[in-house]
Amino acid sequence: MIVAQGVTKNYGTSCVVDGVSLTLPAGGITSIIGPNGAGKSTFLSMISRLMSMDMGTVTVAGLDVTKTPSDVLARRLSILRQDNHMTARLTVRDLVSFGRYPYSKGRLTLEDKQQIDDAIGYLNLGELSDRFLDELSGGQRQRAFVAMVLCQDTDYVLLDEPLNNLDMKHAMGMMKLLRRAANELGKTVVLVLHDINFASWYSDYIVAMKNGKLANQGPAAEMIDPKVLSEIYDMEIKVHEIGGQRISLYYE
Amino acid sequence: MRLLAGAIILTIALAIASLFVGVSDVSLGTLLSSGPEDRATQVLLISRIPRTLAIILSGAAMAVAGLVMQMVVRNRFVEPSTAGTTEAASLGFLVATIFVPAWPLMGKMLIAASFALAGTALFLRILKAVPLRDTLLVPLVGIMLGGIIGAVTTFFAYRFELLPSLLAWNMGDFSGILRGRYELLWIGLLCTILAYVAADRFTVAGMGKDFTTNLGLNYQRVMVLGLVIVSLVSAVVLVSVGSIPFLGLIIPNLVSLMVGDNMRRTVPWVAVMGAGFVLACDILGRILRAPYEIPISVVVGVIGSMVFLYLLLRTRPNAT
Repeated sequence: MIVAQGVTKNYGTSCVVDGVSLTLPAGGITSIIGPNGAGKSTFLSMISRLMSMDMGTVTVAGLDVTKTPSDVLARRLSILRQDNHMTARLTVRDLVSFGRYPYSKGRLTLEDKQQIDDAIGYLNLGELSDRFLDELSGGQRQRAFVAMVLCQDTDYVLLDEPLNNLDMKHAMGMMKLLRRAANELGKTVVLVLHDINFASWYSDYIVAMKNGKLANQGPAAEMIDPKVLSEIYDMEIKVHEIGGQRISLYYE
Repeated sequence: MRLLAGAIILTIALAIASLFVGVSDVSLGTLLSSGPEDRATQVLLISRIPRTLAIILSGAAMAVAGLVMQMVVRNRFVEPSTAGTTEAASLGFLVATIFVPAWPLMGKMLIAASFALAGTALFLRILKAVPLRDTLLVPLVGIMLGGIIGAVTTFFAYRFELLPSLLAWNMGDFSGILRGRYELLWIGLLCTILAYVAADRFTVAGMGKDFTTNLGLNYQRVMVLGLVIVSLVSAVVLVSVGSIPFLGLIIPNLVSLMVGDNMRRTVPWVAVMGAGFVLACDILGRILRAPYEIPISVVVGVIGSMVFLYLLLRTRPNAT
């Protein structure tokens, strides 16, 4: 369970995240949606202690993220941001191996190696495992980063726009994979998503943010609703039920 | 692995060659026919062996320091001489020479190292204040900062009539290395070993601040450790040999092209190739104008700048 209380972040005089309090259930997939500049990524960064908060507290599985030693947290929670620009020239296998750093501190055990192979297999990176990251396409690189985060094997997996750079096939593959991780491995997955249809199809719970504030939250079925969505995005959004899934249409 | 063994053997061969190249006739023949007090043996013990050790130690340490710096600053083109570090060390050494001339070299070196650390910190401060989109602008800022620090140093050296000494220690040169005048460089070896021990941390730091935090490491601490290593190495090499430009830049970049950036793998490569490269350059400097010598900073500067240009031109815009 992730509990945020009064989380606030200011940049100069503008308040990017403004007193957000919420409780994210353990298990399943939670998506954070909302228009650009809503503060979704900043909020995710504060939950995962990448960014300091000006006010408020966050606990993940009962651990206060600002007070718990970072290496202890690294075994409970992993975070992948968007725009991962990397100077270090690493192979896919090297990168994924560093997912084990919180456990092995660089000395890989047999179990670590098994986890690395599993993560590489999970994301179909077998053939690319000895290639350098700078030789890969954006989508392949994104999959390598996700493999690293999965290799970290934490109960809580936080991903900021994991579908960035992925084409339809790989975006679908990624979401299915996260679904599997939630169902089979019991992980709690929290995503920032832009595509509300992906959010609708794959999430259990949806949190909406707007102008730095919590706009709405609830089970996916309740959130994907014309009235709720139109309020969040300030535009008309129609929702149709197709094959048992709620699909939003917002193209005109 | 086999390639690395080859590089080590080549470096050892260069080291052996370095023992026998020079004005004085030192060869297996003269050594075997001479006693412990004869000229050939004395030259070998007092000059050639210390010189060769100094080359290996400083070459390896400077190249590894460059690698560490590139990882923690996250820029391919920084090294002590493109980040104000060397110039700050030089200023520190001048300050020590003026104010505490009686101190042992070790003490003066530590003052130089603290100045180097402060200069590098200033460089990082400036980078934070002016976020630069272009990778190449980062070393340019460092070179400008180095120029300013260098100007201050020159001014005070001029006022205190220390200009000749300043020139002497800024110009890297192994010809003055004798027994008793290079031992500080062992500190460089310690730093190299330390960099190897902490290799995984530096690689993680090279992945960026967010990745580092995610993996449970304190980014700030890794950064400070790296900069202390870089400053110590720069100061030690500066006071013992003088500055060796480009070395920390070209060797890590070449190794990165060959085997990537996982420092657990690359530190041995960078150390061996750094030592081998400086050995080759120094031997060349001794042969080209024999019986005169060309200082190492000139030879490395000429060859290094050509390799640097090659690296710059082959770099794709996004491969930073």
